[in-house]
Amino acid sequence: MIEGALEAAMTFFPRGTIQYLVGGVMVAVGIAVIYLGTAIIPGNSTFLETTLSYVSNVPRFNRPSYIASRDWRVVFAFSIVAGAALWGLVLDPGPFVTSVQPWRLFGGGVLVGIGTRIGKGCTAGHGVCGLGSASTTSLVNVVLFVGVAIITATVVAALGVTP
Amino acid sequence: MSRDADGSTTDRHPLFLPLVVLGGLIQGFGLAYSGMARPEVVLDFLQFDDLGLILVMGGAAVVSGMTFYIATHFLDRAPLSSDQYGRRTRSMDRNVAIGGVVFGVGWGVSGICPGAAYASLGIGNLPILWAIAGMFVGAYIQGYLRSRSQTESSHSITADD
Repeated sequence: MIEGALEAAMTFFPRGTIQYLVGGVMVAVGIAVIYLGTAIIPGNSTFLETTLSYVSNVPRFNRPSYIASRDWRVVFAFSIVAGAALWGLVLDPGPFVTSVQPWRLFGGGVLVGIGTRIGKGCTAGHGVCGLGSASTTSLVNVVLFVGVAIITATVVAALGVTP
Repeated sequence: MSRDADGSTTDRHPLFLPLVVLGGLIQGFGLAYSGMARPEVVLDFLQFDDLGLILVMGGAAVVSGMTFYIATHFLDRAPLSSDQYGRRTRSMDRNVAIGGVVFGVGWGVSGICPGAAYASLGIGNLPILWAIAGMFVGAYIQGYLRSRSQTESSHSITADD
């Protein structure tokens, strides 16, 4: 019985489980620190849209709430980079370089940029904060993006695209 | 009442930015530590080769849920902004569904989402700049088209962010 459980764990979690849980909790703690101090729920995708106000006069990017929050959102994004570097470059040996092809990163990135902005949030906003808020809207969004992503990744792999 | 696109008080508490930095550092560390900053880990999850991401998102959502519950039920106002605590809710409309599907295709193709992409840069993954550039292009296309459609149709659609 224990052997069976271990075997199942090895099948579904070949890299183990602890780092996933600890990492996930830290993601939420990072959000909670800012939220408990300021009552702001800091999503990650609004950074993209508000930052565009520095270089574009399109009205959509220059709404007062965006102008007012863009500076700290830049600080937030760079702090995420720094926090990741603390683990990825200082405590964990050596940099990681993905072998996923540039066209996948860029093309997927474009769709992610469009999708999160139309859909009012991303993995952090809907997936973590929205689900944590028991928001039906977020649940719908998350079920759709996870389901569609599973289908997409499976199709891409079936077409022989690696990595 | 959502405060996501806010933080717009003119006189900010001197600890406001240090707190944002601290929160960002913790979140970035967590994203790197969890492996989510590696597109390969996300793609493995989407193909059921490694279900670890359920633990990342699930663990994060549970902690967020507890945070929101405690703050909205037992705490008064946020010390650095004097704002009231709220939950993250968005109005449901067709855009939420369309956006979810488009995001899903992008996530499935690339294995990358915004927060994880910033963190990926931090672990030295320079090719991720392709994804970040793509996200900016996508956000620009979306904002440009929405601004134009709002100008053309005289009635103003109040965007909910």
